[in-house]
Amino acid sequence: MEVIFLLIAISLLLAGTFLFLFFKAMKGGQFDDDYTPSVRILFENPPKKSTKKNPSTKQKSYE
Amino acid sequence: MHSKLPKQNIVICFHCGEDCEGVQLVVDDQNFCCQGCKLVYEVLSENELCNYYTLEAYPGGSQKSKTGSTNRFDYLNDSDTQLNLLDFQNEHESHVTFFIPIIHCASCIWLLENLFHVHSGILSSRVDFVKKRVQIKFKNDKISLKELVSLLATIGYEPKISLSNLEQKMPNAVDKRTVKRLAVAGFCFGNMMLFSVPEYFSEADLIDEGFRGLFSYLNVVLALPVVSYAASDYYQSAWNSIKQWRINMDVPIVLGIISLFFYSLWEIFANNQAGFMDSLGGLLFFLLLGKLYQQKTFATLEFDRDYKSYFPIAVTKMSHNREEVIPLSKLQVGDVILVRDEELIPADSLLLSDQANVDYSFITGEEIPVFKQKGELIYAGGRQIGEPIMLTIQKSPSQGYLTDLWNHESFAKNKDRLLEPLASKISGVFTWVVLAIAFSSFAYWSFLDFSLAVKTFASVLIVACPCALAMSTPFTLGNTLRIFGKCRFYLKNASVIERMALIDTIVFDKTGTLTDPANAKITYYGESLSTETATILKSMVERSTHPLSNRINHWLGLQDGMALEHVAEIKGGGIEAIFKGQVIRLGSPEFTGYRSVVESEGGNLVFLTIEKLEIGYFHIESGLRSSAEHVVKSLKSDYQLHVLSGDYSHEQTSLEEKLGEGISFNFKRGPSDKLSYIKNLNISRHTLMIGDGLNDAGALQESEVGVAVSDRVSHFSPASDAILDSDVFGMIPAFLGFAKSSRLIIKASFILSFLYNAVGITLAVQGLLSPVICAILMPLSSISVVVFTSLATNAVAWRRGLFNLKPS
Repeated sequence: MEVIFLLIAISLLLAGTFLFLFFKAMKGGQFDDDYTPSVRILFENPPKKSTKKNPSTKQKSYE
Repeated sequence: MHSKLPKQNIVICFHCGEDCEGVQLVVDDQNFCCQGCKLVYEVLSENELCNYYTLEAYPGGSQKSKTGSTNRFDYLNDSDTQLNLLDFQNEHESHVTFFIPIIHCASCIWLLENLFHVHSGILSSRVDFVKKRVQIKFKNDKISLKELVSLLATIGYEPKISLSNLEQKMPNAVDKRTVKRLAVAGFCFGNMMLFSVPEYFSEADLIDEGFRGLFSYLNVVLALPVVSYAASDYYQSAWNSIKQWRINMDVPIVLGIISLFFYSLWEIFANNQAGFMDSLGGLLFFLLLGKLYQQKTFATLEFDRDYKSYFPIAVTKMSHNREEVIPLSKLQVGDVILVRDEELIPADSLLLSDQANVDYSFITGEEIPVFKQKGELIYAGGRQIGEPIMLTIQKSPSQGYLTDLWNHESFAKNKDRLLEPLASKISGVFTWVVLAIAFSSFAYWSFLDFSLAVKTFASVLIVACPCALAMSTPFTLGNTLRIFGKCRFYLKNASVIERMALIDTIVFDKTGTLTDPANAKITYYGESLSTETATILKSMVERSTHPLSNRINHWLGLQDGMALEHVAEIKGGGIEAIFKGQVIRLGSPEFTGYRSVVESEGGNLVFLTIEKLEIGYFHIESGLRSSAEHVVKSLKSDYQLHVLSGDYSHEQTSLEEKLGEGISFNFKRGPSDKLSYIKNLNISRHTLMIGDGLNDAGALQESEVGVAVSDRVSHFSPASDAILDSDVFGMIPAFLGFAKSSRLIIKASFILSFLYNAVGITLAVQGLLSPVICAILMPLSSISVVVFTSLATNAVAWRRGLFNLKPS
């Protein structure tokens, strides 16, 4: 059963690390903006110049 | 340009999605409604940023009303101003954060984050969509701050820079300290629960006796940060309230924390028992969670704006016939300034030019410009429409007719203290009752068994800890705040709801609040209009952006336009057109040459002449907002209603007819009259003021709840407790009712938590409280109160129709 001492130490250390990381992330501003990243990730990288498209293909037609 | 456009075939601007209304500007097969929109498109396509238009349809804001004198950003060259605006600067690069209210879609984010394609001096930019801010890093030697702002303005994203954000940096919306405390409490609570599991199943003999001691000591260690750090706000608040000989909600909480902690210490070290440290951790965790839940903020809205938020940062001063752009703070009495088209007049001043056309919509909500002549005093806050004008400053910007309001004492007081929260009232009684029970059970048991007496004393204090009581308020109010926010009614903080529930008197501002400028009442007097004349008029007013033209346009209804030989709008005068060689003029008497004197009280007159022959005139009065009648009538039975107006009293009879009797009307009230009117009412009543312009700011501040009605909530609203989107004006009765219901819900959840306390105390006085019961009862009561309040508020909101609103 002595292994429990070790396990307790490890579990506390682990939980403590998470707490520390949470503080660090908060200080770094990770939780300041919880909406924009969800939009940003959907943007594609701009196409290279070699595949320059005719502008009319990009645009929609309207009545 | 003169071709007829059939109505059903509407051409929509590729940039902003507005009707092009006959304007034909075509680039790359796309139509644009104005030069501004076209220019933005050209800049973007030049830099291959047309992806902007594919992410969302019509992503841009209309550029029609954009004003542009080339030197309006000159003040950004001033080093003091720069220092205030920049977040960071070294010899190579600078960082700056701008508030750009127009940010509204994914395209906006994409474009603003690709700014570095437009100008090589921009290193990177990052958008915070919710706060509508963008942080830009740029190279000092390649682009100046002024050039950067001009660039943003060119692509249609002009940042809003106001005096107030120069003076203080924007405060961080969410209280980070509460989050940190919550994290610590959660960490300790979770671990303490784990170490207490063997104790919960102590009958089962899960582990050796040796571990029990260890686990208890670990619990003590984990409880230390909870008691010393996570709970520190509660000690502060409880101490402050005791110092004033009052008992607020935090006093019984602190009593519970202290008794839990010290009784557990005694149990663990003296009696070798488990103690209640896990319950202590849980208590703080749930309390802090509730506190955080209540702190809903609307990051883009400002409730505490003063005049500095509206006034320009810089003005054009004339010295020795030379224009010089100086910061507003350096403006002095006697200075001569130049105010251009669409610019704000920053201080009370005398008009030096021959005439001015001042739009006071900011102040009064009435958007029709007022005509002023040389030598007249012009109050600060007006907006010049038309030719540039010269003014001499009479009073410094902080001491004008309007800005004096902000020096009034009512702006210094903290309204949150007006009403003692329901929870504080109850907690006073609660604390005394609990103390009485604790002492009497101690007295009873001390005759039989002294150690049991100590135990029951501590148990009563522990179990009666008003955890559930303390959580019902924040969760009910927090949820109410969220539901209001979804309905586009934004409250400054949760305490406004409690004040709103006790309102018995409602004061409306008339212009712009009860009346809607767009909903005008137009009467035409004179020779009847032939179809041909009406068609000509239609094509004349269609060309103009003047509010009166828009109203006449609306009144004329759907008609085909007509090709005219010449149409011109003379600002401050009217519109002139030539049809079949005849000069047709629509506008002021001077401009049209309309000589007959027309008697009319209030309202606006627009005259029509053909070849200087008097044809007739339009009388235009702003009409009631479409929902106003319904709002007033449904509120009349429950509240005392008042109407305040800066206008003359000619409309009283027509208003009384529409709104019914029993409303006290007060006309010709200036900004400070409105304030003192509310002050008088406050002596015997609880007032709610609904207004819209800066002239209501004093009254909004003096009333217990000040609600600002605004068309564009993130752009403009006077200082207030709540901001209401004008589209949901008709919901006011439902909002007030909902605020009342949430107060009832708080009361009901108090009853619920009293039931839990009754059970707990019954066990405690008998000395039966064990760590397991405590560990079950405390979270159970907290969670059930939270569930009850959330369900109840949602149910009430649904019944009142607050969920069926169309999304904005």
